[in-house]
Amino acid sequence: MSKFKLITDGLVKNNPTFVLLLGMCPTLATTTSAINGLSMGLATLFVLVLSNMAISAIAPVVPDKVHIPVYIVVIATFVTLLQLLMQAYTPAVYETLGLFIPLIVVNCIVLGRAEAFANKHGIGESALDGIGVGLGFTCSLTVLGLVREILGSGSAFGYSFIGGNDGMLAFVMAPGAFLCLGYLMVLFNKFVKKS
Amino acid sequence: MAAKFNLTNMVLVLGLTCLFCSAVLGGAYVLTKEPIDAAAAEKTNKAIAQVLPHFTDVEYNEYGHYYMAKDGENLVGYAIETTTVGFGGPLSLIVGVTPDGVVYNTSVLSHAETPGLGAKCTTDAKFMDQWRGFDPSIKKLSVKKDGGDVDAITASTITSRAYTLAVENALKVFAEINEGGCCNE
Repeated sequence: MSKFKLITDGLVKNNPTFVLLLGMCPTLATTTSAINGLSMGLATLFVLVLSNMAISAIAPVVPDKVHIPVYIVVIATFVTLLQLLMQAYTPAVYETLGLFIPLIVVNCIVLGRAEAFANKHGIGESALDGIGVGLGFTCSLTVLGLVREILGSGSAFGYSFIGGNDGMLAFVMAPGAFLCLGYLMVLFNKFVKKS
Repeated sequence: MAAKFNLTNMVLVLGLTCLFCSAVLGGAYVLTKEPIDAAAAEKTNKAIAQVLPHFTDVEYNEYGHYYMAKDGENLVGYAIETTTVGFGGPLSLIVGVTPDGVVYNTSVLSHAETPGLGAKCTTDAKFMDQWRGFDPSIKKLSVKKDGGDVDAITASTITSRAYTLAVENALKVFAEINEGGCCNE
């Protein structure tokens, strides 16, 4: 498999949000704005790449029966590391995402890629797979966040383009998240995935 | 892909992984402790500066959860932390009260309100501005729906009530400080 394909696979064919439908909890909860979606995506990307690499390195010596606890410990370590770093150097971002950062541990995308890819492939390939899937997740969350922000708050990436702050509130809240996700999924599968 | 398992290598691998991961996290904790504390302190200082007039010294009273701010020798006011329960969870405010018992300004430290509704308590200019110079001896401290003088955020009465209650609690702490009965060791 070519290196380029590993990355595009994660973006399109294995897009975690629109095709695999993994990690729905952070997807729906953090995409109230484009910036929030982007930050959450990048945070997951960071964990995904590092955990993929670490797991592909240790997989050959991990006994089958304890592989899930070992993977979870590895993933949790990277997530906690990320949490400490964000708290220290980007306190503002940490504030908006704070609650959802620890939840990356149980994001099925991360464990899913460890199980489905990283433990059968080399470190380099696993890193690329992490980048691809992570970017796919980031793009999906940013797009979803952007749509919800435009409809819900009348702004894009924090820049308001309608007067006042009255958008269609429903889109900022949970029902709008489901609606937007559903329609984006349809559009993605119809146009992007097909080609 | 995975190695054969027996009791020895299961215990060994899991034990070593945990040991190594704890060591990494311990190290990271030590390295990031200083910047995290600095960021938290900066945030608090910013919040105090926002809710009180100019001051030079600030002193924290951990028994009453308030900061006493002084400009040289003069008492500028108290920045009082209070927490109430909003719509989505705890709502923490810092309330600046000048020595004459008037609210100078308020600021939200943390909240879990609904984005677009209750979360407007941090952005809604009309709601936030009414706390500047709020004098509880003239105005009644409860939302209009409950017969008071506080304009609630549209469609977020519960958040507005929680906010009002937090200010009320802060004023109670202030009254106790003034009577000298509060928060001494």
